[in-house]
Amino acid sequence: MRVVEAIEISSSPEGVWEHLADPARYLHFMSGFTRWEVVSDEPTGEGARYRMLMRVGSAEVGGLVEVVEWSEPRELAWNSITGIDQRGRWRLRERVPGRTRVELRLAYGIAGAGIFGVIAERLAAPTVRGHLRRTLQQLKRHVEHDQLRKSAAARREARASSRPA
Amino acid sequence: MAESPTAQRASRNGHESGERVDASLLRRVARSIAGQVQSRIPTADLDERDPDYIRESLPRQWLLASLWFRAEVRGLGNVPERGPVLLVGNHSGGNITPDTAVFTLAFCAYFGVERAFYQLAHNLVLSMPGLGFLRKFGTVAASPENARRALDSGAALLVYPGGDHEVHRPVWERHKVNFAGRKGFVRLALDQDVPIVPVVAVGGQETALFLSRGESLSKLLRLDKTFRLKVLPISLALPWGLNVGDMLGHVPLPAKITIEALPPIHLREEFGPEPDVDEVYDHVTRLMQDTLDALASERRFPIIG
Repeated sequence: MRVVEAIEISSSPEGVWEHLADPARYLHFMSGFTRWEVVSDEPTGEGARYRMLMRVGSAEVGGLVEVVEWSEPRELAWNSITGIDQRGRWRLRERVPGRTRVELRLAYGIAGAGIFGVIAERLAAPTVRGHLRRTLQQLKRHVEHDQLRKSAAARREARASSRPA
Repeated sequence: MAESPTAQRASRNGHESGERVDASLLRRVARSIAGQVQSRIPTADLDERDPDYIRESLPRQWLLASLWFRAEVRGLGNVPERGPVLLVGNHSGGNITPDTAVFTLAFCAYFGVERAFYQLAHNLVLSMPGLGFLRKFGTVAASPENARRALDSGAALLVYPGGDHEVHRPVWERHKVNFAGRKGFVRLALDQDVPIVPVVAVGGQETALFLSRGESLSKLLRLDKTFRLKVLPISLALPWGLNVGDMLGHVPLPAKITIEALPPIHLREEFGPEPDVDEVYDHVTRLMQDTLDALASERRFPIIG
């Protein structure tokens, strides 16, 4: 099953990437996720591994995932190593300067689970979609709030430096 | 003289063998059935657990747990990430125990099917035709030897000390933890030096209208001697109506099930180098009863939750 959600964020791709590249921030904006833990020596970049769990219905599902693509600030993709089969991807594109379209894709399932697997994937889709949508909304809030804070700090600094000593 | 394979299997699964043959026809029939059952009890081969099978079964279990039982499992983060651990649960639901299915799903989804996880079950459960798949989930016959073997292998082991006594308690005792004074789990945890994680479940005893354990009936029919069955439960359950024995199982009512795993109890750290078994038993059961009371107080209606 493949679920895709997208949102426009008032920020440069670099501003969004700053949040996506930091695994310590994930639980602040990833809705429904109960764990996003670094388990590799390198916390970021291709080959970084995380243990992640998302609450869906009666279980927290997920497993060990590995980053398989890290193209700053455009693409970040991961594949599952253990747990349910999954492929996830963050895709950032700047449509107009200062506005970034962020797409979050998640394909998931359990190979060999048969008809029950198909039914479970479809029944879980609305919950997963809801988690992804809220994740993007929370990411947007975080990034835009961060941008506002940074521009306010820059303005304060500019004011302070223009004042006569 | 060498023991027969049946006797060896019975011995491995913690049974006494070779009781004197009774003259009465009824007893001989009962003994013959018991022999058949004993011979069907599979050897506790931990290698029978099949992670691929469990993984492929997770969607089915997820559907059952999420849609039918609207299950909720809390506190899995309390289970130590690695190493052997003794999970001690209160047992509910008659011979169809939804708590075990729900917890197995939650545990395997949370820690991954790669983490070895075994459950002890009554011999009769494992000898029932059609339930062979339980061995692939890591279910082994309940005996101290099997428990030790599982913990020695570094696995998580789920035990229900209350066993058949607790699982068939009447519905008006559904919010009571009742291990019937069985303290073997404490000795096991001490011998193996593993932490105990209490696992408290509510809702399972609302999946049928359990009326009586039928202990007197079991004694009258000598089931306690022949099958280690101290109970012959009587309940009102689907699709049978009046259900005596629950041998064929029943269709569980869609009761909401909530399970909570509590923080681990490291016995020697908390009770000293030589913990008193009775004290530990009282502590664990009290803790579980308090949690069960709290979980029960969250429920507004029977079954609906």
